[in-house]
Amino acid sequence: MAGSVLGNRVLRKEDPKFLTTGGRYIEDLNDEPLFAGALHVTYVRSSVAHAKITNIDLSDCKNSPGVVAVFTAQDLGLEEESSGFNAAAKRAHLAIGKVRWVGELVAAVVTERPDQGEDAIEKAIVEYETLEPLIDLEQAMASKTLLYEEVGSNIVMGTVEMGMPDNTGDEIFKDCEVVVKGRFMNQRVAPCPLEMRGSAATWIDGRLHQWISTQHAQGVRNEVVKANKVDAAKVRIITPDVGGGFGAKISAYSEELLLGNIAKRVGKPVRWRETRSESMISLGHGRAQLQYITIGGTKEGRVTAYQLNAIQDSGGWVEVGTVLAPFMTRPMAQGVYDIEKMECRTTSVVTNTTPIVAYRGAGRPEATAAIERAMDLFAAKIGKDPADVRRMNLIPKFVQPYQTKIGHAYDVGDYGAALEKALVVAKYSEARIDQAQRRKRGDKVQLGIGVSVYVEITGGVDPMQEHAKVNILPNGRAVVYTGTSPHGQGHVTSWAMIASSETGISIEDIDVVWGDTDQVPNGGGTMGSRSLQQGGAAVQKVSIELVDEARKLAARLLEANESDVLLDKKTGAFHVAGTPAISKSWSEVATAADTKAGITQEGIFVATSATFPFGAHIAIVEVDTETGLVKHLRHIACDDAGKVINPLILDGQIHGGIAQGTAQALLEEFRYDEDGNPITTNFAEYTFISAVELPSIEVVHMETPTFVNPLGAKGIGESGTIGSTPAVQSAVIDALLHLGVRHIDMPTTPERVWSAIANASA
Amino acid sequence: MKVSVTVNGKQHQGDVEPRTLLVHYLRETLGLTGTNVGCDTSSCGACTIHLDGEAVKSCTMLAVQADGASVTTIEGLAKDGVMHPMQTAFMENHGLQCGYCTPGMVMAAIGLLNENPKPTEEQVRMGLEGNLCRCTGYHNIVKSVLAAASAK
Repeated sequence: MAGSVLGNRVLRKEDPKFLTTGGRYIEDLNDEPLFAGALHVTYVRSSVAHAKITNIDLSDCKNSPGVVAVFTAQDLGLEEESSGFNAAAKRAHLAIGKVRWVGELVAAVVTERPDQGEDAIEKAIVEYETLEPLIDLEQAMASKTLLYEEVGSNIVMGTVEMGMPDNTGDEIFKDCEVVVKGRFMNQRVAPCPLEMRGSAATWIDGRLHQWISTQHAQGVRNEVVKANKVDAAKVRIITPDVGGGFGAKISAYSEELLLGNIAKRVGKPVRWRETRSESMISLGHGRAQLQYITIGGTKEGRVTAYQLNAIQDSGGWVEVGTVLAPFMTRPMAQGVYDIEKMECRTTSVVTNTTPIVAYRGAGRPEATAAIERAMDLFAAKIGKDPADVRRMNLIPKFVQPYQTKIGHAYDVGDYGAALEKALVVAKYSEARIDQAQRRKRGDKVQLGIGVSVYVEITGGVDPMQEHAKVNILPNGRAVVYTGTSPHGQGHVTSWAMIASSETGISIEDIDVVWGDTDQVPNGGGTMGSRSLQQGGAAVQKVSIELVDEARKLAARLLEANESDVLLDKKTGAFHVAGTPAISKSWSEVATAADTKAGITQEGIFVATSATFPFGAHIAIVEVDTETGLVKHLRHIACDDAGKVINPLILDGQIHGGIAQGTAQALLEEFRYDEDGNPITTNFAEYTFISAVELPSIEVVHMETPTFVNPLGAKGIGESGTIGSTPAVQSAVIDALLHLGVRHIDMPTTPERVWSAIANASA
Repeated sequence: MKVSVTVNGKQHQGDVEPRTLLVHYLRETLGLTGTNVGCDTSSCGACTIHLDGEAVKSCTMLAVQADGASVTTIEGLAKDGVMHPMQTAFMENHGLQCGYCTPGMVMAAIGLLNENPKPTEEQVRMGLEGNLCRCTGYHNIVKSVLAAASAK
């Protein structure tokens, strides 16, 4: 296959390997010679949520079979370091003096085999003087007990503190005919990539080589460099196949950042892997945002004022979750609506829980959920159809950037068209008739229809650029080096398609390399739905430049003027215009290059701005009013991610996001008891969504290209969670609207649904 | 303890510790790393293999319990470089993304069709309840299994 393949449904190049031998994940690298004979690291973790450490006794632990070494923070020479997001907050990779969540690392044990480590950590004796556990967000805000004394508060970041305007209370609603308030808990969830974390580290000739299951090798390298206090040239990060990340594998964690130090001290390679139970409490969590909303407008349905007060749970450390509320939720708070008066303040608070990180959508699903639930409350208050109220308030179609009240300039948008397309496929009017009949009959099983219209920001993380290198080998094959880092997104296929469409080299003859910092020193990794619009655009840009360079060589071989030489993208051969019979192949041209490595072109694509994909989701559910059980019947998704490169992969991304959004709406919540003990620490307790709880998804295509990159592509990786979560939640509530129910927090479990019905009728 | 198992048509004999799980025997002793471990509660199904033709989670049994049995893993499905129809169906329908659940999912799907060659969509969903996937939303997995069933 050659020529322009963009937009075609191309099967994935990477699949045969995954389907026949399985991927090569970190735990599969048993034959890796560089860490042959590795010792195994197991961590002693805090068993309490909040406490001073009064003593650590590892003497029995040290005598346990197979133990080679044991380490506390002091033994490893660790010091407390500032968070990158709040310099006053300090901690070390192994706890010093205090623990702040169940699962925080206290000590490291090195053994010959992994099972010996599991036995040995049972013998570690850590004495604690417990402190007030702060699990509830508002309790943590009010408490005099502080997680980080030096911060002087449990509030570690706030928009007002950063100088952004505060909310003005009820002032902006004084002219409204109708005002509705709401309190929504966008609950804490666990990302749950199927592959747990793992890493291996070894020093070779004074240089640290570390393998890690990550979304961003180059970022991890910088963290490893800092943790080991060495020059960047002294660290090489290698990414094997990665079994899912969903944002939680962007940054390196303490478990991984300690390995270089430990390997150096024991003088041998070391490996670490986590169990699922460990992963559930120490891989970062997502969401965890408490929202107070006020919405106001006219009785006819025009919304004129909206206010959001978001309180973000940071968990026990000031991680990236802290900044998602002010820098992702706040700028997107207005959503797709033309609202005259808009206000949003956010406050990030530390609690004695697992730290919050990015999780598929990362701050945008929270923004969308807040305003979409607010629109529904407003519609219910004035007794109008939620789709009609949205129609009245959507920002009209625009092709020039639209500046929102707070936040960004959206690139292009046609929200009304997305909504109408989704409503048609959903047979919305017929569903409303079915619903009315069930209500009239007083059926036990009621129908609910949830409508959600969203806009999100993708590729918005600085620096908004990506690196690519394309090398044509003398044998005519191409190798694409990318700074993005696939872990399910199919970059091998998409990047090969893009390079193929510019060079005419067939997709089968193009390889893609990523995730090894010796081969790709610069890159932004895969996160924030950035890969195609920046990484793909970089591959395209460099491929075009490479063809220009190759034409010079071809002209020399053809003894022609460069300006007369063409590349036939169908055949992948160069010839003089008008005489295609005499041509030079890529192999011939690459062989004629100055080096034995063939032709190489390298460069960076810099985006002028982020892009703003949008869409509309309709969820149709059945709710059993006697048991509270919800059945998700239909999900219609119209997601506009701009120009589509491979619809096969696009649809897959949409499906996966919708499953995670539905999971949050219906099933999943990471929970703690009042003492801060996690109570959903494995897949038997945490209600991970399965095939049974999901319908087949009805995808409606819509393409509004962006001008931000030459591909015309926007991000699609996170749209699914953003659009689906409020649609499904609202559908459940919509089924019970006639019974007086107005809101049910997620997850809408049978217990909560049943209670909401009971309370509404009481 | 001594164990004798036929894996992907090849007989293996050796000593294993009594507590060795079958999945660890396959992965670590035999080097068949296609079968993955995704949880510690037998909930996720990433370790699903065939034991005497039946799909089982290889983390729920000891290696010694497989003594005398015939085991098939993902590595044993393709014949002479030609993928099993279920593998082809997964490829053609984009039934995998990160690939981690995939070997277990494919083995479970084949087991499902062995028991019920022409399942409905709902039966496929029920049949795969014990196999978790975080990437695909199951949509294309279900589609793959139905495609493999209709190709039979």
